[in-house]
Amino acid sequence: MSAQNVLFDAPGPKSRRNILILNIIGALLIAGLIAYVVFLLGGKGQLAAGKWTPFLEGRTWEFFLLPGLLSTLRAAAIAVVTSVLFGLIFGLGRLSHVKPIRWFAGLIVEFFRAVPVLLMMIFLWLALGRSNLVEDAPFWAVVIALTLYNGSVIAELIRSGVQGLPKGQREAGLAIGMTQMQSLRTIEVPQALIAMLPALVSQFVVILKDSALGYIIGFPELLQNARRLGVGEGNLLQSLLIAAVIFIVINFALSSLATKLSTLLSFRSKGRARDETLDGIAAAEPEGTLSR
Amino acid sequence: MDNFLTLFETYNVPAAFWVNIQLTFWAAVWSLVLGTLLALMRISPIPSLQWLGAAYVNIFRNTPLTIIIAFGVLGLFGQLQVSLTDDFNLNFFRLAILGLTIYHAAFVCEAIRSGVNTVPLGQAEAARAIGLSFLPAARLIILPQAFRGAIAPLGNVLIALIKNSTVAAAGSVAAEASSLMKTMIEFRGDLVIPIFFTFAIGFVILVIPVGLLTTWASRRLAVAR
Repeated sequence: MSAQNVLFDAPGPKSRRNILILNIIGALLIAGLIAYVVFLLGGKGQLAAGKWTPFLEGRTWEFFLLPGLLSTLRAAAIAVVTSVLFGLIFGLGRLSHVKPIRWFAGLIVEFFRAVPVLLMMIFLWLALGRSNLVEDAPFWAVVIALTLYNGSVIAELIRSGVQGLPKGQREAGLAIGMTQMQSLRTIEVPQALIAMLPALVSQFVVILKDSALGYIIGFPELLQNARRLGVGEGNLLQSLLIAAVIFIVINFALSSLATKLSTLLSFRSKGRARDETLDGIAAAEPEGTLSR
Repeated sequence: MDNFLTLFETYNVPAAFWVNIQLTFWAAVWSLVLGTLLALMRISPIPSLQWLGAAYVNIFRNTPLTIIIAFGVLGLFGQLQVSLTDDFNLNFFRLAILGLTIYHAAFVCEAIRSGVNTVPLGQAEAARAIGLSFLPAARLIILPQAFRGAIAPLGNVLIALIKNSTVAAAGSVAAEASSLMKTMIEFRGDLVIPIFFTFAIGFVILVIPVGLLTTWASRRLAVAR
């Protein structure tokens, strides 16, 4: 049910006029708000050309923004692959018919979902830095922390996807002589993954957003480089704004893809494509897509 | 083991968690207010307000929280000299609450909207039939039921908020838990694993009751249909 046409009737002439008047007032309010912010910024000299021209120069992009974006994307891309792997392994673990495996997988998944990503990142950064195991401690701290958290969320996604499948799928698998694991691997999980694809893509948005946490542990990603640029040029406000816009554009494209996928897939999968949660909070909600 | 325990005499771990709880509390209150307002805009019949609500949600849901918090300190405070109070440390604390509020309000709005979607058509039709216009219908009929239907997603937002309160570290709130953990590990690098588990379990203890409580409440308060 779409909320928009439920709360009010198709408006008659009088309410159409009222809505028009309120619409104009609303638009004026928004315009006023924007004008006020612009006025405030202008008053503090933030709109001066000198604060913005650095973004027209090649070296700003060549030495700060593009390398930052690249390491953000690199960390996010690796974390996407590893968290899907982690999610598959522990999702299968949670669905296993062997009790100890199920408990162990459940413990790991619940633990990493409850611990803040930043806490894991700081811990891994300092621990890896001390142990000299890897050269680039901040990078690996970001990747591993993102994997542990988002992998756990994906494991839960896979579990609820499999549980949303009709019982007949598993029964048919067992009837033709497959073991439980074979039926899970070749019949249920592939279908669950397709049904969960929109939620999975939304989780990638979370990964990309959370990679910015690397800023706190000195990983030279987009936000960190934007700050360095801003300190150098004296336009922190402007460079953070540009970094935010870059993030918003990429994430918005991914979110739109997730919405498209959910409409596309609602026609084909046997599983319950969870479009009802996608419209709502779950789409890019930081906790993931599961109601506890 | 003794070394580990003396660490707790030097550093006040519960006090750090208390800072996170305070951040969470104030950000939760404010983002509930702002999020409800945004949800009201999104379901209103007025196109410009619908647009504003949708634009807000799309912008802030897709921005990393770290940028929003860093913007508060580096942009608002550093470059624009925006001050919410004269007290230097309290100012960072309030800016962090502001950042957390702005970010999570977008998610609260979507949670409430998903709650509105659980309200059956007949309720809104009945409200119109007895002559209620949009605002009274929303206030008396739709929102009370929507809130009861939105408890589970709102609980998820609260859990996310508890965990995200650590990001205040990017906003120079040095007293919160993740910053204290960093200080403690830097001081006693040999105890890195026990220190991490102390803080991790602290968050598990904070998060799990909230999850259980909201699951219980969402069942208890679900509108019987």
